This record gives sequence, C-alpha cells and structure tokens, in this order.
Amino acid sequence: MSEVTYLEAIRQALFEEMDRDENVFCLGEDIGAYGGAFKVTDGLMAKYGERRVIDTPISEAAIIGAAAGAAHMGMRPVCEMQFIDFISTGYDMLTNYVATARYRAMLPCPMVVRGPSGGYVRGGPFHSQNPEAAFLHTPGLKIVYPATASDAKGLLKAAIRDDDCVLYFEHKYLYRRIKEELPTGDHVTPIGKARIAREGKDVSIITYAATVWKALEAAEQLEKEDGLSVEVVDLRTLLPMDDEAIVATVKKTNRVLIVHEDTRTGGVAGEITARINESAFEWLDAPILRVTAADVPLPYSPPLEDYVLPQTSDIVVALRKLAAY
Amino acid sequence: MKPSQSESGGALSREQKLELYYFMRLTRSLEERLVNLYRQTKVVGGLFRSLGQEADAVGSAYALDRSKGDVLSPLIRNLGSMLVQGAKPNEIIKQYMAKGDSPTRGRELNIHYGDLVRGFIGQISHLGDMVPVMAGVTLSFKMRKENRVGLVYVGDGATSTGAFHEGINFAAVQRCPLVVIVENNGYAYSTPLSKQTAAKQLVDKAIGYGIAGEQADGNDVIATYEVTKRAVDRARGRRCNTYRAHHLPPERPRRARQSIVRAGRRDRAVGGGERPDRPLSQGTCERRIRKH
Repeated sequence: MSEVTYLEAIRQALFEEMDRDENVFCLGEDIGAYGGAFKVTDGLMAKYGERRVIDTPISEAAIIGAAAGAAHMGMRPVCEMQFIDFISTGYDMLTNYVATARYRAMLPCPMVVRGPSGGYVRGGPFHSQNPEAAFLHTPGLKIVYPATASDAKGLLKAAIRDDDCVLYFEHKYLYRRIKEELPTGDHVTPIGKARIAREGKDVSIITYAATVWKALEAAEQLEKEDGLSVEVVDLRTLLPMDDEAIVATVKKTNRVLIVHEDTRTGGVAGEITARINESAFEWLDAPILRVTAADVPLPYSPPLEDYVLPQTSDIVVALRKLAAY
Repeated sequence: MKPSQSESGGALSREQKLELYYFMRLTRSLEERLVNLYRQTKVVGGLFRSLGQEADAVGSAYALDRSKGDVLSPLIRNLGSMLVQGAKPNEIIKQYMAKGDSPTRGRELNIHYGDLVRGFIGQISHLGDMVPVMAGVTLSFKMRKENRVGLVYVGDGATSTGAFHEGINFAAVQRCPLVVIVENNGYAYSTPLSKQTAAKQLVDKAIGYGIAGEQADGNDVIATYEVTKRAVDRARGRRCNTYRAHHLPPERPRRARQSIVRAGRRDRAVGGGERPDRPLSQGTCERRIRKH
C-alpha cells in the first residue's frame, strides 16, 4: 500500500461517498470545471457530471441555505467554502437556520460544510483563519478537524453519513505535507472520539489540527532533552467534545497544556479548561496552561506570522513551565 | 407594468371560488380568535396578523398542486397559505399558546412550523433566509427530475436582504422550479417602501436576476391566483423560476384604513403598545412617532 497525502485522503473520501450514495452531491465555487482552488474536487465533475458537482455563484449564504433545503428533502450535500474564512458570510444561515432546524422543526440537515482552514502558509488575515470557536457555542452543529490523512478520510466519510450538519475543517498546511498509509476498506472515523497521538505519563497536551504535529515535535524534544514523558491527545472532534478522553488524560498526568492555532480569547482552550475545572479539578497538580495565536488578525509577512502563531518552541517553553510547577 | 386585474376568473369553478373564500374567512376568523386569546394573556409573546392580506396568501397558495407534492414556505403574514396547504387551526392555536403538544412542542412560536408531507416548511425570523432554503428544496426537485414546484413568500422589506438576493440568484442560475412571491404592503414594520428601495417598483428586480416577473393586485384573490398559477405552470414546465410582486396598495379604501387606525388606538389604551403586531397604515405610524 502506498502512502497518500492528507489532500488525497479527502479526495478519496469524496469519490467513495459519491459512489456509495447517489444522494451525495457537491456544491461550491470553482469546484467543478476547475477542480477546486486546491484541486480537492479535481475529476469529480468528469465522473459524476454537472448535476452532482455544482459550480455556484459567489454566495456562501445561498450555498449553505440551499444545501439545507436539499438536505431536508433527503439529499446529502457537501458544501465547499473556498477558504473557510468565507464561512462567516454564511454565519446567519448556519447558526440561525441550519443549527436550529432539528430542534425547532424536527427537520434534519444531513449536510457537510468543508473548507481549507488554518495558516502557516503566508496567506494573510483572510486565507488563514480557524473559525471553530465561532461555531462551538452554537447548539446543533458538529465540528471536526482532522490532523492526520487517515482521519481526514475517515472523518469526512463520517461527516457525510451523519444526519446532522457537520463542519469539516481541513488544514491547508497539512494538505501536501503529511502522508500516511491509509487503512483499507470502508474506513470511517467516529465523530466525537479523540485519539492518543502519543502516550505519556508526565504532562498532557490537548490539541487538534496542525498543532498536533508541533506538539509531537515538542514532545520528542522534551523526551530527549529533559527526560519528560509527554502525552499528546488529538481531539479530532471539537463538537461534541470527547470529555472522557480529556478527563482520562488529566487523571493520568495531572498537568495539562492546551494548544490551538486559533486566537486566545474565546478560543476552544477556554472551554476545555472550564470543563476540566468542573469534572477533574482535584486531579490537577498545576494550573492549566494554553499556547495559542495572539489576539490579532493574522499578519502576512513571514516573521510576523511566525511570531503570532504557535510554534514548537512556544510549546516547549510552556511544557517546561508546567513540568516545573 | 400595470398590475393585472382578474379577467373572468373563468378558470375557477364555483366550488373553487367558495374554497378561496373559505380559506380567507378562516384566516380572518382564526386571527380574530387569537386576538381574543392574546387579550386574555393565553397567547404569549406577540401576535402577527395578516389583516387585509388574506387574499394574497390564499390566492397564491391555491395555485400550487398539493397532489404533485408542491411545497411552500410561508412568512409571518401568510397564515392563509398554510391553511390552504392543510395546516389545522388547532395546530396554530397550540403554537401560539405554547402548548407542549404543539407541532414544535413549544419550542418555536406562532406559525413557525412546517410539515413536508402536507407541503409547507417552517420559517425562521431572519427575513430572506427562506429563499436560499427553498432554492435548495427546488434544486432537489430538479436533480431528481420530480414534477414539483416550490413557492416562497417575502415581504417588501425582505427584498433588501442579502439572503433574498443570493437565494434568488442561485435559484435563477440553477433554473430551479421556484416561484417567489413578494408581498408589498408598503411597509416593513414601520419602514415605508420609499426607504427600502430606490427601485420604481419591486417587480423590476426580476430583470436583474434574469427571471420572469409579473405584478398583480394582492387584494384581488382571483387575480392573485391567476398570476401565481401562470408562474407555477411556468416553473413546472422548467422554463425558469419566476418572481411575482403582489401589490397591496398603500392607498387602501378609506374605511379599511380607518379600521386599522381605530384598532391601533384601542390596543394602546389596553397597554398593548407595540403588540399585537400588524401591518401599520400611514396614519397609525405617524401617530406613534409623534407620541415619542
């Protein structure tokens, strides 16, 4: 079996699900004839035709709203946001219509909204965002954010098959930089279950998406240099969060560092901290620390972006602080 | 474009015309009953009547074919359209009274509920949002080659929203079998049409979307039925999605305007203030502004 990139894993999931279920269809800007801004949907239109691969106008609200309408009628749309930064123009439809549909109207919305997310690519403030926090507090949505190629495939399949709206964030930095041998067969990753990326005893890092890899680098470094055993938990799903896995790692190491690429204030780390406080406070030997992006719009120039975003060295510093407490 | 008046109404049988009257009368009676319940504080929140607009909702909904599985999306002043599609008065009353066995189990208010089997879909409060949703519903009809049509209502105010624009544009370019009814009663809450758009008439917007547009007198139930039937047939024939502006003239007959003003004054005396909500006539609007 050959290794497959994160991007190719997403493509495999799309093709396999389009094959498996004729109700699945894709809609988004430039996804059909052009094959997508990152070529994720390349070849889909040639195989499945214009009817199931729709090139839309620049209308995120209509893309999301129309997907909801089609989903009510039993179809399974997969919407693409060309860059996830543009999901904000569909915020109203997503949070007010889609997220509330099951609760207020018993109307399911089995749809996926996916898009390239994240930075480290010198994309500037509007091509590098991580929007998960904006949707975390919207009851009725699900949010997944894979860090590995095999989870990229497994989670997209799970998202398409889920009867609720799933926001599927794919990290553009990881598209072609990570490769993995994928499991064979119909590989589906369960939504709502975290993954232990690295076992450890002394300190836990809870993280997701691209910073999983920076956490692993920091863990390697600390093992070599400090003899510290660092556990890395890859959340994979942000909503519903895997509370069991979070509590388990707290009980195991008693020292927690949360790392995410999104900005600090109101970011997911605050929510995780509150949950640990509520359910595992006595198990803590140190305050919960967090490493996040600074609270600024993401700058473009490389040294500026590198300063704002979490780097492996930031994680190392935080781990040492935590270990020494 | 002159609003089309009803011609002979010859396409409708006597029974059908009686049915149209039945639904208009039911809308009016049901809303009057809700007003009573509201005054007894048995209806909570707000009451949103379609007083004076019953013909528009009923006439247009009547043009759909329920047996073919047509679906409509009502807004707050389209109770009549829901009744035509088979909504039951006791469901409406349970909704307004927040009963645990209301169609939404007390989770959503007034007529915000739907039933895809009967052919109507529950709205949300954000105006314009139902247009993209109905674009998607009718997109599924097209994709599955079903002989069904969708119909969505917006008011004059909602034509200013981004969701309206994106939804119609999407439906137009995707050639979805969708009829959009714009009910112009001259006001969006208190905002007159002159503050809503610089367009000479709302039906002119159709040209910009590349779709057919037609205008009718919304207070003429036969004319409303006929113009909507044309649009529905056109959509079913897959020629295009169409846009209907139903003009409810602000120059209402003097008697009607007086009755709205009178009712408004009465409600303020009871301490209703802003409630129950209803389309305001010019007179009532000015009076309230002066009070502040």
